[in-house]
Amino acid sequence: MRRRSLMSLLVALTLPAAGCVGKPAGTDTGQNADVREYTLTISSNALAGGKNAAMAKWTTEYVIPKFVEAQKAKGINATVRFEGNGADDKDYKTKVALDLKTGGGADVQEIDGIWLGEFAQAGQAKPLADLVGQDKVDAWEGWSRIPPAVAALGDFEGRRYGVPVGTDGRVLYFNKKLFAQAGLPADWQPRSWDEILDAARKLKAVPGIVPIQLNAGTAMTEATTMQGVLPLLAGTGKPVYDNGKWQGATQNVKDVLGLYQTIYSGGLGDPLLQQEAKGRDKSFAQFADNKIGILLESDYFWRAVLNPANGVAKMADRDSAVGWARIPAQRPGSGVGGQDFVSMSGGSIRMVNPNTKYPRQAWELLQFMNSFDATRARVADTPQITVRSDVNDEVLKGDPMLTYVSKEVLPITRYRPGLAQYTPVSAALQQATADVVAGKSPDEAAAAYQQAVVKAVGEANVATG
Amino acid sequence: MPATDSAGLGRGRALAFVAPALVLIGIFLVFPALWSIYIGLTDYTLTGPSSVNPRIVGADNITGALSDPLFGNSLWLTLLFVFGSALIGQNILGFTLAWMLRGARRWLRRLVEGLVLLAWILPSTVVAYLWVAVLDRDGGTLNALLNTPGTAWLVQYPMISLIVFNLWRGTAFSMLLYSSALDVVPPSQLETARMVGAGRFSTLKDVVFPHIRGHVLTNTLLITLWTANDFTPFLLTAGGPDHRSETLPVFIYQQALGSGALGYASAISFLLLLVNLVIALVYLRLLRRRG
Repeated sequence: MRRRSLMSLLVALTLPAAGCVGKPAGTDTGQNADVREYTLTISSNALAGGKNAAMAKWTTEYVIPKFVEAQKAKGINATVRFEGNGADDKDYKTKVALDLKTGGGADVQEIDGIWLGEFAQAGQAKPLADLVGQDKVDAWEGWSRIPPAVAALGDFEGRRYGVPVGTDGRVLYFNKKLFAQAGLPADWQPRSWDEILDAARKLKAVPGIVPIQLNAGTAMTEATTMQGVLPLLAGTGKPVYDNGKWQGATQNVKDVLGLYQTIYSGGLGDPLLQQEAKGRDKSFAQFADNKIGILLESDYFWRAVLNPANGVAKMADRDSAVGWARIPAQRPGSGVGGQDFVSMSGGSIRMVNPNTKYPRQAWELLQFMNSFDATRARVADTPQITVRSDVNDEVLKGDPMLTYVSKEVLPITRYRPGLAQYTPVSAALQQATADVVAGKSPDEAAAAYQQAVVKAVGEANVATG
Repeated sequence: MPATDSAGLGRGRALAFVAPALVLIGIFLVFPALWSIYIGLTDYTLTGPSSVNPRIVGADNITGALSDPLFGNSLWLTLLFVFGSALIGQNILGFTLAWMLRGARRWLRRLVEGLVLLAWILPSTVVAYLWVAVLDRDGGTLNALLNTPGTAWLVQYPMISLIVFNLWRGTAFSMLLYSSALDVVPPSQLETARMVGAGRFSTLKDVVFPHIRGHVLTNTLLITLWTANDFTPFLLTAGGPDHRSETLPVFIYQQALGSGALGYASAISFLLLLVNLVIALVYLRLLRRRG
């Protein structure tokens, strides 16, 4: 009897507390604006001597000392710390989400632009204007240097949450040496999927190489979606999210899966590579080793992977051996917006943590990190496309590939829908390509994909036919 | 004074003595359990709109799980894992070791016991790191020993690798338990069995087993529950490749923190709890029948 009453007491204690699940954090606008002494933390998925080491180095050796010095000149005693991470993107996202959800986290937080929607919907990210005031946001000179399409990476539902760190564009890379052996031109530019397949079939004559690598499967996670399905879908004329609906088992999705089938059951690609845990890294190494003919990748591949100076899979003759071409639509003019060529882009953004005790100071630090001088210092060693056109004009001059992406690819590119629902849809797309690579027909894989999408977003939000 | 009050404290004082323990159990065991059952009834997520305004969805998570092929897959893999590594593997290997070491020289016995025990007491992360090094595709120790270069054991044979790993890891417990259990078998009965010419198998079946039946059941119950709830597989394969080694605890973690579906994952935890309870009840019944 006693035991039962104790149990019911515990239940009674639990239930009201359980009602608190999902309580949004309170907003505290513009507080502590006039303090003379404060501490800020910067966090990003970068670690000295590890992942994105250059970003970590720049933060600790340029941003922090220069910012502290500038504050000191104003008579303010600022302390800035860097909180490094070296995890997979997925794990980093989980960490940031848990940090923000429990009222903690660094004051200036770097996140992938694609996470913004779900963080914003959860109150884990807040519009800059709500945190520091609209006038303070508008007063920054930097906005005029960032092209509106790029700045939109930091927007969600018409409101601005942060400043993009950089952006990228996707192209088809090809190995000119292998192309020469197969009798293909060094200035190759396919105009349809069929022309890509034609080139791959010719490359098949070269012994011991894989003609084309098109990322597939779940082990490559977002690389499958971004460097595979999404640019192809854009080439069929319909992006994955269109008019408020996600694509289900549409003809467009089936066409994309059909291309995968042609490549992986026709011996034009290596299906095993897609299933390995380190498949993407391996594809990098094989391309650098002249073992892959054509590879769909972002400019990251050029500047951070093949880079003969500091890449992870250095290719000594990169500048002469590697060619690049825009990704063609399925047929000329069949791409999104009637385009002949397509691309997809992404990028991280830096935002002010809604839990910060010093929102104004964090915004000041954020502006400083995106100033002309700081941005130029960040990309001084390794040129890279930044969000600031004034910096791009200066640092990209010497790099034909990055100039090409910035001038030819960014104007035609598309961004992913920044919605929480994107994550499960992307996972379902990865699974569909895995199914096709493993031998299922595009129709079967599309049907399973349709089921997964309906489960994730609800039947009413899925387009078919 | 009631016959149950052997300490003579009286009900009030007895309750005061256990109260601190009960409060701790309430805070750290009962409350989180009830909390996770509550979350399991909602569509609560880590990010997105449902993290601010979770809806009560009732049994939708449970029915969703029962029709989710990934859940079925992980349930099947958990059964395989428990059956292969614990029920059969650790039980038989543990008993065999204990039986064979019974008559062994003292130093040999201590040495083998020490080595087996070492696998059990090392921290999981250390052990996982060692096994990843052993099973690695490029330069792994196993490939060097077997002369099978390029075999990615954790990718090509994930479940078999996990089962062998857990067999290695957990045998110590069964071995220790059976060692002490075998001490209760009267040597005179073993002598008699030998005198009448009983074979090894019938000696085990008719002389040894009746004495240690309770130990077998207890041991099986414990290792079954431990193995079913073991999270160490995550450190080796993280459930991959393509969900081929995603046992239930790993599946729950991936759903909760990987996909952020906290509600769904809590509901599956609840299912796992039910499975554990059923297993425990079955064993307890068997134990009771012993008498």
